[in-house]
Amino acid sequence: MRNTNSRNNSWHTWKKRVKGGLAFAITAGSLSLIVAIIAIMIGHFLLRGLPNISWEFLTESPRNNNTEGGIFPAVYGTTLLVLTMTLIGVPVGVATAVFLSEYARYGSRFARTVRFAVNTLAGVPSIVFGLFGVGFFIQFIGAGMDTMLGNDVPVWAHPSLLWAAATLSVLTLPVVIVSVEEALRAVPHELREASLALGATKWQTVWRVALPNSLTGILTGSILAVGRGAGEVAPIIFVGAVYSLPKLPASLSDQFMHLGYHLFVLTTQSPDVEKALPQQYATTVVLLALTFALNFAAVYVRIRIRRKSLG
Amino acid sequence: MQLQDKRLFRKKRPRYGEIAIEWSIRVVSSVSILVIVLIFLFVFREAAGIFNSATEAGSTLQTIEAETAGKSEIHTSDNDDLKPEIYNPDSGIETGEAPPANLLPDLQVATTEASGKSEIHTSDDDDLKPEIYNPDSGEEAVESLISDISDKPLQPSKSIWQNLAGENWQPISEEPKFGVTPLIIGTVKTTFTAIAIAAPLGILAAMYVALFAHRRLREIIKPFIEILAGFPSVVIGFFCLMTVASILQDTFGFDYRLNSIVGGLGLAITVVPIIFTITEDALSAVPKSYREAALALGATEWEAAFRLMLPAAMPGVIAAVLLGIGRAFGETMIALMATGNAPLAEWNLAAPARTLAATIGAEMGEVIWGSTHYGVLFFLGALLFLVSFAINLLTEVFVRRRLAKKFQGS
Repeated sequence: MRNTNSRNNSWHTWKKRVKGGLAFAITAGSLSLIVAIIAIMIGHFLLRGLPNISWEFLTESPRNNNTEGGIFPAVYGTTLLVLTMTLIGVPVGVATAVFLSEYARYGSRFARTVRFAVNTLAGVPSIVFGLFGVGFFIQFIGAGMDTMLGNDVPVWAHPSLLWAAATLSVLTLPVVIVSVEEALRAVPHELREASLALGATKWQTVWRVALPNSLTGILTGSILAVGRGAGEVAPIIFVGAVYSLPKLPASLSDQFMHLGYHLFVLTTQSPDVEKALPQQYATTVVLLALTFALNFAAVYVRIRIRRKSLG
Repeated sequence: MQLQDKRLFRKKRPRYGEIAIEWSIRVVSSVSILVIVLIFLFVFREAAGIFNSATEAGSTLQTIEAETAGKSEIHTSDNDDLKPEIYNPDSGIETGEAPPANLLPDLQVATTEASGKSEIHTSDDDDLKPEIYNPDSGEEAVESLISDISDKPLQPSKSIWQNLAGENWQPISEEPKFGVTPLIIGTVKTTFTAIAIAAPLGILAAMYVALFAHRRLREIIKPFIEILAGFPSVVIGFFCLMTVASILQDTFGFDYRLNSIVGGLGLAITVVPIIFTITEDALSAVPKSYREAALALGATEWEAAFRLMLPAAMPGVIAAVLLGIGRAFGETMIALMATGNAPLAEWNLAAPARTLAATIGAEMGEVIWGSTHYGVLFFLGALLFLVSFAINLLTEVFVRRRLAKKFQGS
């Protein structure tokens, strides 16, 4: 017994120990609560959704008020959407990241403004991007294109795959920029210096040394953006997604079905919610599988980058 | 020898291709700035329609009020004259001939440049007019107004400001009411619930990971919680709608199955990873020596954690909570699915609520483009954008710089 010399002191020590233990218990408890919520959610969906997934479910169109059939048009629409989004957004994101990490002088006003804009963009509510899509892409650019092309019937000035993809690419821009910039910064400075010392120009160094070495970062950024874009529903509700389609979208000016929006419609606007439950859970699992696969891939690539930059 | 030297030190030919590429990179990198500006312009422009007509109506109203010196009966006779004055400038704006020049001068150039804009609007306008203007204009409306003039004398020329400040949100009715109050109350209610749950949970969990956990556990747990951030919000909304709502109703016996507590819980699930990650980063940025010194001086783990590390990382924690608030109040799908969506102007947490974002998500799909309702939805969007912008500005200017300054020496 160390602290028996005075009663007061031992009481003090005891209180200290309890408080120390309490700090540990409260914080550990919070963490395990969060982990438990994640585990319960994943387990719940897997248990109820997996038995309802079949080959037919993945390859057929919905029938009978979404209570039978599959979700193929939604999977197809989502895939087209994220592909178009990647084609529009990733080049812009990579260029911005290259500028921020290679060209911008540290603390220059322009670079700081760009950075602030990227941060702001990351914090804008997704529904506002939807409004932006309507106000800018459809009503301004789309209408302008129709006038220029001389279309009597609006071809571009209505919700479509292209505008939804453009809206989402704006929304996912910060994701791409942040990951590519991180990868570019992980490229050792010695490589760039060696390249410059051998007489290469700045651009040659960027193009032949910095970018190839951060290819994995570009990949992570694109994957994360795709994962985000595949799960985001709010901005595309009124910029191009529809809840049922007679045929698959064939051109960029067509509307499309989307997995997340399909799930939303199934759960909230279905005439017979109970009957549609198996479909709802199965759709959830497909959506989760898609976003998780993408996120895991991104995490894996990112860990590899970190290891490389450390070693 | 001389010739060789000349060749060696010859000035490099400028590489025009590379200069062009470098400039285009510079230009492309300003896209993010451009997008922010464009969101400002275009979301606010669509919202400006209602304000412009509102300000005009308000000013005419004021002059009339001054002339008639408070005789409310006279307003009826004036109203007939007033109406064209109020609505004509509005329709003029809609056709694009006279954009709200006083509000957005830059925009006028943009609209005139893309003349396609005006065409769409005119065609829309023809379809729209009967729908929007019929209920208010026309003989019947005036007659009905005269009949119940005693209780609401200013009804027809009531300004949009008064309408927006009202307590009812009934956008689709004989006399559309766009009272934003219930929506704001709903948003504050759900956001508050979400933060009240998520902030303690996220901060405490981050403290465990940053202060107590083994380094290897940390490497596993961080990506695992980031998975939660990758959950599509529809999925969380679905989970709350189906499972959480039932469990909570069985446990607490709520009158309404879907209410702002259920919605707040759902939002908390999306906000927790944000608060957790940023707080954890901030706590890890506090030098380890702080804690070691405190422990060496005889402080308990509790004291070191709550009296030293947490205050030291406070700017980061505040940033985390602020960003969490920004996320929670702009979240659409969960609010749309799990809050019950009734625009009630009451603060009771167990009652259904409707948020600003959910209103846009629910009604934007059905609204007629160019109508007053459409303008009001854009106004709500502008409100969301402004608040998120302010939150970001606050975290950027106030919190991040302070955090950076604090540990610059060490």
